Amino acid sequence: MTTRSPRLREKAEVLDTAALDRALTRIAHEILEKNGGAKDVTFVGLRTRGVTLAQRLAVKIAAIDGPSLPVGALDITLYRDDLDRRGAPVVRATEIPFSIKDKTVVLVDDVLFTGRTIRAALDALIDLGRPKMIQLAILVDRGHRELPIRPDYIGKNLPTSRRESVAVRLTEHDGEDRVVIEEPEEA
Amino acid sequence: MGWTRKDLLTIRELEPAEILTLVDTAASLQEIAGREIKKVPALRGKTVVNLFYENSTRTRTSFEIAGKWLSADVINFSASASSAAKGESFVDTARNIAAMSPDVVVVRHSSSGAPALLARELTCAIVNAGDGAHEHPTQALLDLLTIREKKGHFEGLSVAIVGDIAHSRVARSNIHGMRKLGMTVTVAGPPTLIPPYAQELGCKVSYRLEDAIRDVDVIMMLRLQQERMHAGLIPSLREYSRYWGLTLDRLAAHARPDVLIMHPGPVNRGVELSPEVADGPYSVILDQVAKGVAVRMAVLLLLAGGRSGEAQ
Repeated sequence: MTTRSPRLREKAEVLDTAALDRALTRIAHEILEKNGGAKDVTFVGLRTRGVTLAQRLAVKIAAIDGPSLPVGALDITLYRDDLDRRGAPVVRATEIPFSIKDKTVVLVDDVLFTGRTIRAALDALIDLGRPKMIQLAILVDRGHRELPIRPDYIGKNLPTSRRESVAVRLTEHDGEDRVVIEEPEEA
Repeated sequence: MGWTRKDLLTIRELEPAEILTLVDTAASLQEIAGREIKKVPALRGKTVVNLFYENSTRTRTSFEIAGKWLSADVINFSASASSAAKGESFVDTARNIAAMSPDVVVVRHSSSGAPALLARELTCAIVNAGDGAHEHPTQALLDLLTIREKKGHFEGLSVAIVGDIAHSRVARSNIHGMRKLGMTVTVAGPPTLIPPYAQELGCKVSYRLEDAIRDVDVIMMLRLQQERMHAGLIPSLREYSRYWGLTLDRLAAHARPDVLIMHPGPVNRGVELSPEVADGPYSVILDQVAKGVAVRMAVLLLLAGGRSGEAQ
């Protein structure tokens, strides 16, 4: 998950609109290649931007391979390991209107950082059923893992420092398709 | 809007945005009821005490299920089986419970203001589960969630609340909530059961059922508390039922075809609601009960789910 604070300034552009689209196209091909097609593949995106990315991947796979794959939305708030360290939780709906039992679930998120969000997502998913396999697709892997979690599909590997943050901007939410690195403004 | 309060005592004190935060959170949590394994770890290690000084099946059970689905430990403490029967004062009992470090105490009491008293005395979160004729905030929240789900929005809707308004904490909480969210409220009932402050709260008042239910989006029937009859406020149950009972004929003659019929339960069948209406297609009474669990999960989660008293 990206964190936003008003006192951040843009430091560098990591992906422009075309590069972001190419990265998703490549991931779509890799998903098909790795799974020998799209049979029994379902997408679950993490709220909010992971859901949008999952929908785009599903569209791309439909364009390449034909079948239209189901896309669900997962909110991991109830599974966070740091609920006690934050304020009152903001819960959004989990909407997975299909069974994930015995399916290959491709979990999609925008940025992979410590891995704690993905740990929570794995618990949340398994509470909903027992998938045959869970794979992880990430647009930007920025490093600094705190848990043994490794993505299967990566749009862009991006070494960052901890004080920086990575903002994935998508047209549906932010009016543009771009990934940038932000850093706190000097005081 | 983030939630920042320590307690949930009344709807009256809430901002519209806070009411919507509660309703939205409850809407998100509803999905858990449809799962095969109805449990999420959000309140693992937290303790919820149900402190009930008045009988209640629905509300207590609903808080208990809500706490358990969120993985909290839930302890039920009913006054009849407790030290209240041995003469311990309310505040002493509460302090004793507080000494066991619960995270949330859900309290129902026949005296208005009892939850507010506890909220001042104890550092844990207090939820008002109904105090006297004052407020019953979680009931109003589940009513609001039901209305939004059926009608899609709040602004501009009209509601008739019918029956014993004067003694109803459900009516009072709902009136505050509905007015804050831009709804029009008409209260209706025999003059002895309409409180003098109804107009101050921004309600229209009607003394005829047929007028009250005309063209409204929602009809909320209240339970006639039968002890009112003994207090001389109504002549007889039969007369009440005759003038104020909602029947299919009356509905067909005066109400809109898409009206929602709500009732906080327990229903006196044949008194305020005829069985055909209670079980009929307009009735959302069981939806209300189902939403009750989601609303109570939302309340427990917002009060106990984060670091106490801070917004995210």
